[in-house]
Amino acid sequence: MAWAVFGLAVGDWVAWQLVNPNLTFGSSWSSFGRIRPVHTTAVIFGFGGNGLIATSFYVLQRTSRARLAGQLSPWFVLLGYNLFCVLAVTGYMMGITQSKEYAETEWYADIWLVVVWVVYFLIYLRTLARRKEPHIYVANWYYMAFVLVVAMLHIVNNLAVPVSLGHAKSYTLYSGVQDAMIQWWYGHNAVAFFLTAGFLGMMYYFLPVRAGRPIFSYRMSIISFWGITFFYMWAGSHHLHYTALPHWVQTLGMTFSLMLLIPSWASAGNALLTLNGAWDKVRDDATLRFMMVAAVFYGLTTFEGSFMAIRVVNSLSHYTVWTVGHVHAGALGWVAMITFGSIYAIVPWVWKRKDMYSARLVEAHFWLALAGTLIYVFAMWNSGIIQGLMWRTYSESGTLTYSFVDSLIAMHPYYVARAIGGLLFLIGGCIGAYNIWMTIKLPNPIAETTADLPEKAIAGVSAQPAE
Amino acid sequence: MSIFGFHYRMERKAIGLVLGIILVASIGGLVEIAPLFTIHQTVEAAPDMRLYTPLELAGRNIYIREGCYACHSQMIRTLRDEVDRYGPYSLAVESKYDHPMLWGSKRTGPDLARIGEKYSDQWHVAHLLNPRDVVPASVMPAYNWLLTTELRTEDLPLHLKAQRAVGVPYTDDMIANASRDAFGQANPDSPQASGVTERYGKATTLRVFDGRPGQLTEMDAMVAYLQILGRLTDAAHKPVAQAGAKP
Repeated sequence: MAWAVFGLAVGDWVAWQLVNPNLTFGSSWSSFGRIRPVHTTAVIFGFGGNGLIATSFYVLQRTSRARLAGQLSPWFVLLGYNLFCVLAVTGYMMGITQSKEYAETEWYADIWLVVVWVVYFLIYLRTLARRKEPHIYVANWYYMAFVLVVAMLHIVNNLAVPVSLGHAKSYTLYSGVQDAMIQWWYGHNAVAFFLTAGFLGMMYYFLPVRAGRPIFSYRMSIISFWGITFFYMWAGSHHLHYTALPHWVQTLGMTFSLMLLIPSWASAGNALLTLNGAWDKVRDDATLRFMMVAAVFYGLTTFEGSFMAIRVVNSLSHYTVWTVGHVHAGALGWVAMITFGSIYAIVPWVWKRKDMYSARLVEAHFWLALAGTLIYVFAMWNSGIIQGLMWRTYSESGTLTYSFVDSLIAMHPYYVARAIGGLLFLIGGCIGAYNIWMTIKLPNPIAETTADLPEKAIAGVSAQPAE
Repeated sequence: MSIFGFHYRMERKAIGLVLGIILVASIGGLVEIAPLFTIHQTVEAAPDMRLYTPLELAGRNIYIREGCYACHSQMIRTLRDEVDRYGPYSLAVESKYDHPMLWGSKRTGPDLARIGEKYSDQWHVAHLLNPRDVVPASVMPAYNWLLTTELRTEDLPLHLKAQRAVGVPYTDDMIANASRDAFGQANPDSPQASGVTERYGKATTLRVFDGRPGQLTEMDAMVAYLQILGRLTDAAHKPVAQAGAKP
């Protein structure tokens, strides 16, 4: 039963990726305003969310050595969550949006998501209650933080009054400066707890299992976990430097964004140090290499994020495509890479296959994804900085040198480069989907695998008491 | 070390972790957000601040529907080049009645916080029909359906009511006449135009925004909204001391 749930979730993830050509939205300017939230929602909530729910159910059962609680409720979460995604995406195309970035869905879909999310959380607690391991494994802390905090953010940010029960439109409770702060408190922590905490949970399970090494440091994982949970919640206001938001809030946001570097690098370092003694596997196994590169990008992106949160840097980078580049370094380099790695690890285990259908295709996917990400990010860095500098360049007579249109024309070659980078990434994704499909269709399943074993060792080692 | 020993015991209890996460994660938000609602200096006083008319509100909703906020910010930062390029920096009070705010996060196109009355209605109509007719290098999509789609006005009273529920001070009179005022504002020669300025103030612009008298299109609403941007109050154009410190 639980396997089936899991299988469906992965299948669904693949479907999402295939129906989502927006990974390359660079050239789809026609109706950009409506398509853009479709893109963000499809990749974040469709791809990311389904990956998270799937792996969280898997990791939860593995590290607790217990079945999921309930027969129907996991199905409800899976189908309900995907119904939410469909409602959201179709709504945007019809122009139904709250215009809150990454929370564009209107009130009816928001309420539905809360119902689904509560069920999800209850499954988690009930399964933990029947666990046979005394300790809750690190990955599960992160998954729990993801579930809890996302619920908190979602509810607070989406409080609104509908025009009527028959209208899709609603007006948010907050206005102006308070709305801006709450929106970016939500927006930044959606990154923190949806795109970071959940995926760190993924990393803390799959990377050590695949490498066959215990997590490098139990204490480092404690520090980084609570550091991330605490510091991240303060950082949202760095999206509003030099705006009408009171100065003290901006300064707090900047300060905590800088401090955030400590737990972030603790996590990235912990992951990379775990690989010590297993680097030969990184060389030979593209799946593990996906996870390794993800950890590297995680480290790079968090450094860049803290750097961009500094007020003077932000004065240049804000409103430019540099921010877009930063987001995609995180989304493609970290989130997508760790998910691909985890999926490649998990698919053979779930369907009881010896290995993926083709290791060469995994290899091809890896290089396409890496090349695509690098092209994309470099194009955006260059163009973002050029754009920011053009906007602030003065001539000798003390007037602005460039009109806005001048900066737009300068962007053109980089927009093309970005679209190519995105296309490479998309091709990689298609190859991955094909490979997964063929793995599932492989004719002779092997009777039993040993997928149970490594994880026990990991859980045992990492939960060692501090002396 | 005791702190890790404590953690070693706590991670055996699911409820302990749950409460710990909620507590630790709540602090940052509470400290940064709650004071914004209680500290009065957060939003400046601007006695001349006026409300969006029903037509402008409808235009604002189209702006949201089409996702304009994804490429256009409405927040001029306190930087010299932005003030030179776009006008006086934005004050908090200017988005006091914005549910939600549309400050934006990306400038694929220019900032629009002070676009109001910088260009003519005709320019806006031409630009929305095909941006490349007036700005050859533009990458903005064309929105030609705005001119052919009739504006829905019958549910505007409900919209104003919902706005009042979240704190915008629309009066009963404004709510009752919302549909009528929307038509009147875009058709100054019609009988419906009579009450608009009484309800929304003398500064309200009554014009045939889309250039087609006698009918009310989404283009009317959109252009009316664009022309009011940055003009709800004069506070930003006054010296700082006067705008900020007034009781």
